[in-house]
Amino acid sequence: MHEINTNSTNTPPIISCRDVHKWYGEFHALRGVNLDVKKGEVVVIMGPSGSGKSTFIRTINRLEVHQRGDIVVDGIELTHDVRNIEKIRSEVGMVFQSFNLFPHLTVMENITLAPVWVRKWKKEKAEEVATELLQRVHIPEQAQKYPGQLSGGQQQRVAIARALAMQPKVMLFDEPTSALDPEMIKEVLEAMSDLAESGMTMICVTHEMGFARNVAHRVGFFDQGNIVEIGPPDQIFRNPEQARTKQFLAQILH
Amino acid sequence: MLRWLKQNLLGSWRDVVLTLLGIYIVVNIVVPVVRWVLTEANWAVVTTNMRLLMVGQYPIEQVWRIWACVLLLALLIGLSWGLWISKSIGDTGGRSRLVGIILLLVPPLFALFPNGIESLPMLLSVSVLGLIGYLAATVLTTQQSLLKRLTTLGWIVYIPICYVLIRGLGDLLPVVSSNLWGGLLLTLLLTAVGIVLSFPLGVLLALGRRSQLPVIKWFCIAYIEVIRGVPLITVLFMAQLVLPLFLPQSIEIDRVVRAMAGITLFSAAYLAENVRGGLQNIPRGQYEAAEALGLNAVQKMTLIILPQALRIIVPILVGQFISLFKDTSLVTIVSLLDLLGIANTVLAQPNFIGTQREVYFFIGVIYWLISYTISALGKRLELRQQMSAI
Repeated sequence: MHEINTNSTNTPPIISCRDVHKWYGEFHALRGVNLDVKKGEVVVIMGPSGSGKSTFIRTINRLEVHQRGDIVVDGIELTHDVRNIEKIRSEVGMVFQSFNLFPHLTVMENITLAPVWVRKWKKEKAEEVATELLQRVHIPEQAQKYPGQLSGGQQQRVAIARALAMQPKVMLFDEPTSALDPEMIKEVLEAMSDLAESGMTMICVTHEMGFARNVAHRVGFFDQGNIVEIGPPDQIFRNPEQARTKQFLAQILH
Repeated sequence: MLRWLKQNLLGSWRDVVLTLLGIYIVVNIVVPVVRWVLTEANWAVVTTNMRLLMVGQYPIEQVWRIWACVLLLALLIGLSWGLWISKSIGDTGGRSRLVGIILLLVPPLFALFPNGIESLPMLLSVSVLGLIGYLAATVLTTQQSLLKRLTTLGWIVYIPICYVLIRGLGDLLPVVSSNLWGGLLLTLLLTAVGIVLSFPLGVLLALGRRSQLPVIKWFCIAYIEVIRGVPLITVLFMAQLVLPLFLPQSIEIDRVVRAMAGITLFSAAYLAENVRGGLQNIPRGQYEAAEALGLNAVQKMTLIILPQALRIIVPILVGQFISLFKDTSLVTIVSLLDLLGIANTVLAQPNFIGTQREVYFFIGVIYWLISYTISALGKRLELRQQMSAI
């Protein structure tokens, strides 16, 4: 784990969520979530399924709409204004559980699409950056293949490279390893660890304990639509304060 | 040989029955038809009226313009064949080559018809241009990307160019009134314009039907459901008879354009439903991934969602376009002389009373040839896409 700049306490956080609420019809999915994330910080969010943790990180780039509370990303407040939403989305990269690569485009086209169309880069520049990123996730030789020709682990690494190509300030990971076979989980976690090492701000919804212990600055435990407990991994894993956290950890540690 | 016979034709009692049935059909149906075609039929009715069947009453001194369209088409097909079709992965052996050779032989075969239909040199140059295109595409290996771009551009401007050529343009080309268009020419024009215009319209309707804005959504639903609930003939009648009531007297839209509008509006409604089917097959994750990257709504649709949705429905679209091609024969009812219409006028000629079999057989073969070509091209397209998206 690398040190984040502790002087930054007086600079504003890059992500700030205040009292975020969301309802699906009658169901109260998020119940006043508060979370500040500093630049360069890695936050892992754990919790039982159905607790709302995925919904929460999806509100940060507005894939889900929150009905109450404020979310501010890099100084831009999320409102119904479409321009703000698109602006934030181009600053926030997201990696999905099911990869969601574009199957009709090659790996290279997947990665260069958004830089070319959203950032208006020249194709040559975008391809240069893409090649670099593919090297960083150790699959430069797959550039001309289609997603369907790659393994799950390779696809997820392409998805990471695709998100990074936009040079985002924040990366969101929504259970990035849950759909993978065990032998492929490691290669994806390695790519994520490298990314954390490089100083990227990350919020990861994952149950990978090893990753949380070694890479995260803080681990948050999510239950029933809110963060029950949050703190450094050592504290959460060794001395959780809340009974619900203890119970959950006991379950996933067997 | 004998073993092959035994295995494939007489393998089990069921095969034996099927084989016998096959032999019965060949002897009783195929043989008489072939005999009739080769010996009994009076093909003079077709050969004497070939020009009528092909282009209707299009003035003879202007027919070169249609030849220009045909020659350009031959060149484009040749180029595309060389650039894409013969190279597509999964081409099983020489099948595409065989189909190509057959296509090359078709125009000279037409010259075999006796008493002077179109001139042999013209027909030969169709084949020659097709071959030139094919060879250019295969020989110029260094310029592939340039050729591909030119050919694609050629296809895009092809139909507008043909339309201008056939219709005429001010002082440069004398205008040929659409009343004189007929035969296969009119059939193909109706089809081509119908496909080219109904495609974007259908896609827009499909997107409109999924729109969040209630006015657009309900308008699209109403349009699609009304048109789909009405036979094409009705739409054609509406376009011919009712439309002029709404327009001021001074505006006269010619009948061919009205038929084109009717066909386009009709086809667009069906196309919209097919496109909608394709759109429903795109997983939510694709929308989310596109949104998460910051693409705006238009980019998301045109770059991510539509390309995938349209790929899925290629087989359905090919089927729809084939039936559109055949349905154009309904314009006969509003007294346009397309291939079928002109066939009926040919049959009314006193010299050729009682030659229905010959004439209908001939236009049947033409309809089949063109439908089969569209379907074969569609198969190629499907195959290519399967390869690129396993």
